[in-house]
Amino acid sequence: MTSLTAKDKNTIKAFWAKISPNAAAIGADALGRMLVVYPQTKTYFSHWKDLSPGSAPVKKHGATVMGGVADAVTKIDNMTSGLLNLSELHAFTLRVDPANFKILAHNILVVFAIRLPNDFTPEVHVAVDKFLAALARALSEKYR
Amino acid sequence: MVKWTDFERATIQDIFSKIDYDVVGPAALSRCLIVYPWTQRYFGGFGNLYNAAAITSNPKVAAHGKVVISGLEKAVKNMDDIKTIYKDLSVLHSEKLQVDPDNFNLLADCLTIVVAGQIGAAFTPEVHAAFQKFLAVVVASLRKQYY
Repeated sequence: MTSLTAKDKNTIKAFWAKISPNAAAIGADALGRMLVVYPQTKTYFSHWKDLSPGSAPVKKHGATVMGGVADAVTKIDNMTSGLLNLSELHAFTLRVDPANFKILAHNILVVFAIRLPNDFTPEVHVAVDKFLAALARALSEKYR
Repeated sequence: MVKWTDFERATIQDIFSKIDYDVVGPAALSRCLIVYPWTQRYFGGFGNLYNAAAITSNPKVAAHGKVVISGLEKAVKNMDDIKTIYKDLSVLHSEKLQVDPDNFNLLADCLTIVVAGQIGAAFTPEVHAAFQKFLAVVVASLRKQYY
C-alpha cells in the first residue's frame, strides 16, 4: 500500500484537530460498536465483566486506544519507529491478530461518519483510511 | 438459509425506507471510487474519474450508484431468499463484468459509512450489526456463482 503524502498528512492533522476534543468518546463508541458488529473480537476481552457499549471497561479502553491513535498523529512522519513500544506490546503481550486492526479502523471511520458527516468527506476518508492502515502496519512491525 | 431476528428484519426495512436512494447510491459508489481508486478499473467508459471532485460530479457514476442501490432493494424485499434472487446478478458480475469479489466488501464498507452519515446517532451498534449482517449475506450471494 502507498505511504502518506504531504497532502494526506495535512488532511489528517486538520481532521484530527476537529475530533480530538471528543477522542475518548469516539474511541469508546468505535470499540463498543466493534464488539457488537464483529463479535469474534470479543475473544480478546474475556477478562472484562461487561462488554456492552457504554460500559466502564469499554469506555476506558476506547479512550486508551484513541490515545494511541492521537500519539500516532504526532509521530506521523515516522510511525514505525515512533510506535515501536506499542508494536512490541501488541506482538508479544496482547498478540492481537493484525486482521483486527482493519476491523477496528472501519468502526472508527463509521463513528467519524456519524459524528462529523459534513467533515468526513471522501477526500478526508481516503486520507484517514490510509493513515489507519499505515498505523496498523507500524503496529504489526514486531510481529515476526 | 439465513435466519433473521425480528429486530434485524425490521431494522433493514427501516433503514431502506429512511434513506434517499438518489443520494446514498451515488455517494457510496463515488466514495468507493475515491477511497479505493483501483476499483475504477471497472468503469473505463465513465469518462473523467481523475480526482475526487470529478468523480463526485460525474453523471455516469451517479446513475450507476442508483442502479446499484436499486439492486440492493431486491434483497431488502426478499430477505429470506437473497441467494436465489441474486443468482443472475452473481453470474453477471462473474462472467460478464469480471469483478474481483473482494471489491464487494469495499463497496459494502463505503455504503455502511454513507448510511451511518445519513442516519447519524440512530445508527446504533445494534442497527449497525444488522446492516453489516445484511450486507454480508448480499456479498456472499453475489460471490456464490463465481467459479
